[in-house]
Amino acid sequence: MPYLPHTDDERREMLAAIGVESIDELFAVIPRRLRPKTYDLFDRVPAPERPASFDIPPGMSEFAVQRKLHTLAAKDATDLVCFVGGGFYDHFIPAAVDALAGRSEFYTAYTPYQPEMSQGILQAMYEYQSAMCRLTEMEAANASLYDGGTALYEAMMMAIRITGRPKIIIDGCVSPIYRKMMDCYTSNLDIELVTVGPDDGSTNRDELKQLVDEKTGGVILQNPNFFGVVDDCTDLVDAAHSAGAVAIASVYPISLGILKTPRAMGFDIVTGEGQSLGLPLSFGGPYLGFMATLKKYVRKMPGRIIGATKDSAGRRGFVMTLQAREQHIRREKATSNICSNEALCAVRAVIYLSLVGRQGLKNVARMCAAKARYARERLTRITGVEPLSDAPTFNEFALKLPVENAAEVVNELIEKGVAAGFPLGRYYPRLRNALLVSVTEKRTKEEIGMLAEALEAVL
Amino acid sequence: MKLIFEQGAPGRHGANLPELDLPDEVDIPARCLRDHDAALPEVSELDVVRHFTELSRRNFGVDCGFYPLGSCTMKYNPKFCEAVGNIEGFRELHPLLPQLRIGGMLTQGALQVLHDLERLLCEITGMSAFTMQPLAGAHGELTGVMLIAAYHRAMGRKKTKVIVPDSAHGTNPASAAIGGFKVVPVPSDARGFMDLDAFRAALDGQVAAVMLTCPNTLGLFNPHIQEIADMTHDAGGLMYYDGANLNAILGKCRPGDIGFDVVHLNLHKTFATPHGGGGPGAGPVGVSEKLVEFLPTSLVEKRQDGTYVLRYDKENSIGYVAPFYGNFGVMLKAYAYILLLGREGLVKVAEHAVLNANYVLSRLRKHFDVPYDGLCMHECVLSATRQARNGVQALDIAKALIDRGFHPPTVYFPLIVKEAMMIEPTETESKETLDAFCDAMVDIAGLAESDPEALHRAPVTTPVTRLDEYAAARDLDLASL
Repeated sequence: MPYLPHTDDERREMLAAIGVESIDELFAVIPRRLRPKTYDLFDRVPAPERPASFDIPPGMSEFAVQRKLHTLAAKDATDLVCFVGGGFYDHFIPAAVDALAGRSEFYTAYTPYQPEMSQGILQAMYEYQSAMCRLTEMEAANASLYDGGTALYEAMMMAIRITGRPKIIIDGCVSPIYRKMMDCYTSNLDIELVTVGPDDGSTNRDELKQLVDEKTGGVILQNPNFFGVVDDCTDLVDAAHSAGAVAIASVYPISLGILKTPRAMGFDIVTGEGQSLGLPLSFGGPYLGFMATLKKYVRKMPGRIIGATKDSAGRRGFVMTLQAREQHIRREKATSNICSNEALCAVRAVIYLSLVGRQGLKNVARMCAAKARYARERLTRITGVEPLSDAPTFNEFALKLPVENAAEVVNELIEKGVAAGFPLGRYYPRLRNALLVSVTEKRTKEEIGMLAEALEAVL
Repeated sequence: MKLIFEQGAPGRHGANLPELDLPDEVDIPARCLRDHDAALPEVSELDVVRHFTELSRRNFGVDCGFYPLGSCTMKYNPKFCEAVGNIEGFRELHPLLPQLRIGGMLTQGALQVLHDLERLLCEITGMSAFTMQPLAGAHGELTGVMLIAAYHRAMGRKKTKVIVPDSAHGTNPASAAIGGFKVVPVPSDARGFMDLDAFRAALDGQVAAVMLTCPNTLGLFNPHIQEIADMTHDAGGLMYYDGANLNAILGKCRPGDIGFDVVHLNLHKTFATPHGGGGPGAGPVGVSEKLVEFLPTSLVEKRQDGTYVLRYDKENSIGYVAPFYGNFGVMLKAYAYILLLGREGLVKVAEHAVLNANYVLSRLRKHFDVPYDGLCMHECVLSATRQARNGVQALDIAKALIDRGFHPPTVYFPLIVKEAMMIEPTETESKETLDAFCDAMVDIAGLAESDPEALHRAPVTTPVTRLDEYAAARDLDLASL
């Protein structure tokens, strides 16, 4: 069989060295009545009372599996022109990202427990942490969490650790997918999760400020929010701070090429989904949760953290640090249970950010915003199509369509080769007629025109 | 070596971006814009390529050499499995597409992969259903703990405790605690198994679950496993199986048949998906029939007409532990691996993983202390206590192995073994590789007697020598700002 190098002679020699007659003897400790029937393939002892079948199909050749998977992949509609976002975006990925992250020295390594032979991944992680700090203007970042949603959950738990207050206020404009995740994670915990709004795609400031009190541990906002609306959240962060609460942001990293940084607004913990930084959409994962914070909160932060230090000859080197927070040391008292993270995705992100660089990230963000502005303008020229609100947006915007259910329009447009956007009714029943349209730098004027014409034709 | 931020020149850039074929107009008010650029690198594509290529050369993966990191199952990952993650029909697929045409008609291929992989994992483990959502092993543990909480809540039982043996991975107690339970550690007995008397004493009506790794972190299969499961069930608790070590028992026994109610698998261990220098992994969770109704939203079902559909309407579901369907790209690789190996291949995986571990143990037994001696499963745990008497600790042995071209075993774990060295060779390694590793270990054991000082200097062949971890934690330098 492929991938097993043993010859019959070697097996015999090894068994002799161990002092057993057969491989079967090595498994003698497993009670016979628990052994699946396929065991008979290798052991002729009959055991009719055995419970299980282990009914896995026989192995296939590499070619046969390849054919099977290509056939399956061909059933997926990847040829649609994509205006669907919702926090997950179809951005351009330079070829060098794949080429470099595809180095097997990176991808076939485990967590860097032995720093001397893992300087590559450790330095890349340190550079990733640095890049995320520079992007958000925060002071420290961890080496990744699973995804933007779990990062937000971890930030909530961190805020509770910092303040000792188990009440969290979350803006209804935060991704409804993430809010569902927060509901799930808090279901067995004594945490009060209060949702504010939303009001037509923007934060209800008065309600939020009213709800923040001396029992509030954290306030969670998203910018741009789920409706694509950009905001200056400084006053909301101030309100959180006045009550002694921690302000948490969920952000879209590409937007930080031009948008006001979470640090400039005063946020204490910044999280987000890093998929836009060089990761393919890949049907939902692997993605990249990131988290950055202020120095004073570093010891409350979950996840691996890489630090610079020196070796015995005084040379700079990198290690996993502050491990006393983590599960392998602190067990049930750890700040989080996270062990495996999304290291290779973080490597992709730092490669992407290095390639586009200072000017390129700004250009990507500007292109997204300019193309989205054009698309919004073009689409709202269609009779009956209106923006959900006048609030400024980044690369995504919500439209009210002159129909009862936007999902049906989307369904019709698929026939014309366009994934026109995400119908908001699924998460906001009041907005059944609304469509969330996302535009990345990959979309062209022609594609936007095609969307507009197709939409016009069905309305 | 310079950081990427310490290279390049102002104005240099490295990416060839799409065109802006529209007016360069942005209508976002100035108060919402940043006042200066993010200080990202200003480097060329070649600068970036050379930098990260050099970094990769300073890293060690399975493709570079033997990597017997205990409990991590660092087997060779077939290149074909890596390639399938890049098939365009999967890689470019937006996760919200199934919701555009309800029923997932736009993503039938991807849904079939999820469905088929779930059925295969059920058959491999003997469980009734799996959720693919959990994004790593520990995430699977937390999901499992939440499922257990939901089950007891639905049964109207107040359960507050989770029993975890002291040999468990740290993630077990951490996951139970974060899931809202009090952790009750149970010590190991002289043979390395959870002490049955202490277990009986701890097992009361408050126990929601018992979390076990089997074979455990000592590489030992607990012969009383069924008894423990029966006792737990009699006390109204559930059995949780940490699948980190499933590689040892593929086709030899199934957690579901033993009576486990919840199982998490580490696809990045047993099913050959690479670990990426720390992740991404994938931690699907399987459950017995009585827990199926609580599984996270959404689940894939096969309809009578042969199409696949995502179901969001399970009212007792715990909800969303991840935004979508888990780390799909990782699952593709595991799916390809299982298809390649098939039934017989998977059984051979377990057999040769166990053969290799026992062979290493047989060769090293004379030279190192073996705290729980006998036949092992997929890994063996040695102790450097004998060498430590000469001042050579497990850490020194690890560093000396680096100079000899091997990744060291897991050291200082499990916590219950002094100077622990946990060796998991995996099935993909040849006898000559194992012999070379054992020769190196024997050589190092000799040096521990004759020249212990030489071992304190190791490693000397790496780009850096031993790093000051104390200074790293004291003078925190976590980013170049």
